[in-house]
Amino acid sequence: MTGRVWKYGNNVDTDGIIPARYLNTSEPAALARHCLADLDPSFAAGVRPGDLIVAGANFGCGSSREHAPLAIKACGVCLVVASSFARIFFRNAINIGLPLLEAPEAAAEIQSGDNLKFDDQSGVLTNRTTGRTWTGRPFPVFLREIIEAGGLVELTRRRLADEEVRRP
Amino acid sequence: MSLTLDILSARAGHPVEPGELIEIDVDLVLANDITGPLAIQEFDRIGRRRVFDAARVVLVNDHFTPNKDILSAEQAAQTRQFARQQGLPHFYDVGEMGVEHALLPEQGFVCPGQVIVGADSHTCTFGALGAFATGVGSTDAAVAMATGRLWFRVPSTISVNFEGQTRPWVGGKDLVLHALAHLGVDGALGASLEFQGRAVSALSVEGRLTMCNMAIEFGAKNGIIAADRLTRAYLDDRPRRPEVGPRIGAAGPRIAAGGADRVAAYTFDATRIPPMVATPHLPSNGVPASEVGDVPIDQVVIGSCTNGRLEDLRLAAAVLRGRKVRRGVRCLVIPATPTVFRQAVAEGIVETFLAAGAAVSTPTCGPCLGGHMGVLGPGERCVATTNRNFVGRMGHPSSEVYLAGPAVAAASAVLGRIADPEEVVT
Repeated sequence: MTGRVWKYGNNVDTDGIIPARYLNTSEPAALARHCLADLDPSFAAGVRPGDLIVAGANFGCGSSREHAPLAIKACGVCLVVASSFARIFFRNAINIGLPLLEAPEAAAEIQSGDNLKFDDQSGVLTNRTTGRTWTGRPFPVFLREIIEAGGLVELTRRRLADEEVRRP
Repeated sequence: MSLTLDILSARAGHPVEPGELIEIDVDLVLANDITGPLAIQEFDRIGRRRVFDAARVVLVNDHFTPNKDILSAEQAAQTRQFARQQGLPHFYDVGEMGVEHALLPEQGFVCPGQVIVGADSHTCTFGALGAFATGVGSTDAAVAMATGRLWFRVPSTISVNFEGQTRPWVGGKDLVLHALAHLGVDGALGASLEFQGRAVSALSVEGRLTMCNMAIEFGAKNGIIAADRLTRAYLDDRPRRPEVGPRIGAAGPRIAAGGADRVAAYTFDATRIPPMVATPHLPSNGVPASEVGDVPIDQVVIGSCTNGRLEDLRLAAAVLRGRKVRRGVRCLVIPATPTVFRQAVAEGIVETFLAAGAAVSTPTCGPCLGGHMGVLGPGERCVATTNRNFVGRMGHPSSEVYLAGPAVAAASAVLGRIADPEEVVT
């Protein structure tokens, strides 16, 4: 995937990602229309599939609303890079299959508008504007299982089905 | 060993280490009218017909209720229908409904040693009773509803000690805002925050609930306080619900002790902490209320899972009694649960609020998240006893939220600007 970078600062909160006034639905396409509405009103109209969000520390802090990663994913964002993630946002993104890369150096160096390529198989991120590359820390085995299954629901479905088969 | 490690080790069946990924049984799964519908949709995709234990799934329609619009009415109907179809005995709707994190402890659902997950970030509130309680997303809640289990990364622990005695008008909110100003909004990222010390032991359980409520604002996984004599006394006054108690591990009071899993310890002198205010747009922007200068306000909200309990309303009423809300300021008081509301009526507190010119509403999370019942317009400024003051949190992106405890909020309502209670009550 290749795309353009939308860069933000530290402590991007989930009210900034999807204000609660739009949480009267969980329809991803409807959420995408208001993604980052209060933080960057130009984002929702300008974002293209394959684009990336790059931000500082504590991305996704605040509420547990899964609507936040859902809105970002529904915009076609292929990867969120941050120097750190808030823990509930991190869980939610893994659980719904929104790729994340925790990479403080990349988050600091990448600039708004840079053109980036992300290889989701190798985890290598290339800044095509500057030529720099980064590789994120690999996730622990269990998180990789969730990601490879296509999310926590898929993994759970599969495990429950296996249990059914094993049951005499 | 820290309290959190103690609970998680008991649950995992072996001594766990910070950083370890574990899958363990949970005792209680909570969701509301925003996160519930999404959780129900994911539950249906998992393919289990029934939840793992109907008694251990609690649904509370508290956010956009009484319904704010047609779409939110549809969402509330989804949790209602699911509760009926699954035969959930603990479904709370308008009338019995309260703000979930005030309602569950009050109604006896929380006890020491439990593992609780809730699809709401302020689920960490329940740690005030010595439970391990953490906020998760809707998918996590769905999996927990289906299987009764969930994965966790074992946190390291940061202890925050409050020594000394609190000053007049200072409560759990002021202590936690003070600590938050020092640690920052990612000061405990993914960690367990253990509150302790003489000033914490001297706080009521209600004040402790306020402190643990804001653990998430440090980025923490959970907040926790060791159960003690006050916890026991509080639990003795609740309805008994053995059906939701810890499935594994002792329920006895746990005592915090030193341990290698502690990565940091902070100590604050409570005698030096004044009534606090967190200025826009981060909860970590705490400063003494007496030092913010002349900041005129348009609205005051007293309520929420942070400060909507009876003790909070009593404190606000002590400031407002015999006084008037300043003309031009809207003061909203929202008792967090029907029980709090009834007690506030019985004690004459509601009469005090009404006489002062405040509006008193049925329980709802409404204004805290800019949902309804007090949404802010462009440029409007509000003092709220809630927990977040991010850009646009309570309404228009140009509006401003100042976070404070109930005494500061009530004093500000009287003077029409941010005020220390000492300026009003002399």
